[in-house]
Amino acid sequence: MSETASDKHIVILGAGHAGGRAAEALRQAGHKGRVTLLGAENHPPYERPPLSKELLAGAIAHEKTYLHPEEWYAEQGIDLKLGANAVGIDRKARRVALEAGGDISYDALLLTTGARARRLPLPGGNGKRVFYLRDIADTLALREKLTEGVRLAIIGAGFIGLEIAATARKRGVAVTVIELAPTPLARVAAPEIGEFLATLHRGKGVDLRTGLKVTAIEDTGSEVRVLVEGGEPVVADYVAIGIGAQPNVEIAQAAGIEVRDGILVDEFGRTNDPAIFAAGDVTRHLNPLLGRHVRLEAWQNAQNQGIAVAKAIAGSGAAFAEVPWFWTDQFEVNLQMAGAPDRWDRVVWRGEPTEPAFTLFQLLEGKVVAAVTINNMRDMRFARMLIQSGKIVDPAALGDKAVKLQDLVR
Amino acid sequence: MADNDAWVTVAERAAIADGEMKGVTVGSQEIALYNLKGEIYATDNLCSHAFAFLTDGWLDGEEVECPLHAGRFEIKTGKGMGPPIPCDVKTIPVRVEGDNIQVKVAAS
Repeated sequence: MSETASDKHIVILGAGHAGGRAAEALRQAGHKGRVTLLGAENHPPYERPPLSKELLAGAIAHEKTYLHPEEWYAEQGIDLKLGANAVGIDRKARRVALEAGGDISYDALLLTTGARARRLPLPGGNGKRVFYLRDIADTLALREKLTEGVRLAIIGAGFIGLEIAATARKRGVAVTVIELAPTPLARVAAPEIGEFLATLHRGKGVDLRTGLKVTAIEDTGSEVRVLVEGGEPVVADYVAIGIGAQPNVEIAQAAGIEVRDGILVDEFGRTNDPAIFAAGDVTRHLNPLLGRHVRLEAWQNAQNQGIAVAKAIAGSGAAFAEVPWFWTDQFEVNLQMAGAPDRWDRVVWRGEPTEPAFTLFQLLEGKVVAAVTINNMRDMRFARMLIQSGKIVDPAALGDKAVKLQDLVR
Repeated sequence: MADNDAWVTVAERAAIADGEMKGVTVGSQEIALYNLKGEIYATDNLCSHAFAFLTDGWLDGEEVECPLHAGRFEIKTGKGMGPPIPCDVKTIPVRVEGDNIQVKVAAS
């Protein structure tokens, strides 16, 4: 990628986790030219995982989520422009137009525009008692409402919905979770793990109702009624909605960048325009380990794809090729998950779901394609290595805690 | 270290094999002990990024990887090895006295 030699101006559109790490990585890779980092929010780049946990719980200040203090960017020669919303890309002139007026020219453009919370496309889905959780402002707004004795209805038992439920319970909130699928986390995890989480939440006093379709949200003026098909309405003071994220592709799409539910890029973050790259939540990227394109909404992908693509732009890149990896913390449980399997033909338990710590492996044709650890983070490193190796493993050995996982990796 | 700092026995030397690590607590201080090819090293055990014990993670050569978010530290220096680590962890003076491992901590 010699066209992006080190004196070129690199513009990063989106000052979230991926954009922040990319800017940092450009400097670390020796890029000497200008770096401009444009962010729509008024916060410097930050990590999102604490938003639904420590920040929502009130255990930390929001500045604790920042990758670096705001002044750090100037020290690194990174021109961080906050509150700067971009509205268009002129690919021919290589310029980004800003909402506030004016434009910025680039030699290479990195799109790290991220994703936004998917809105519930139903009547009442945007009412004033309805909350979504995606950024710091969302968290602080919801946190203000979560006081002892308040009734909260949560729509969606994915990562965000369950994390909000766990945090809200700790704050003494009465929580009802409504989920369309028969188990929580159905979009990403094995049903066995969904069952485990359902049991955990119910044991902590969460009223979890699965297999229920929400039809509308009514605001009576003093409370909200969440109407469900064929069941009693859920009455609450507030509603929080966590039904996934949708990538912010519009600005790329309008500029003719190829988009397929995510900006389509290769393992170096390259789009169909040689001067334009993308990284993070917004991408549908080729994962060489999986042999297919994936769109991931997760911390690892934001950080490490951001870094990998920045290095590719700086000309010292290796392919971004990692086993997808996620985690969540709910009540006393640390759950980590590796792999993004679209199918598996058997599961192997290493320990029992009734034990305080265990690991579940998902296998396809004898190979480990995914693993979930419950309070068993030490297994995760080797689980990731097992997935990456693509080795055929003996299921009996995998399930035997007397056999060390590292010995199966070798 | 002030003069009133003391060497405290925290583990038996035989308790940590080559390539292994062990977490110990002295007062309110969480300490990680490592055996790198027969030499014992010590650092703070809490990751500088999020709440996790490094000794629950993975010892890889001369680096330790945090079990939560895979941040890495160089054991001999405590140096953070890039994102997401915001700052280094402290190294702690450590010695082997007879059959015991001792660390030097501020006397309480």
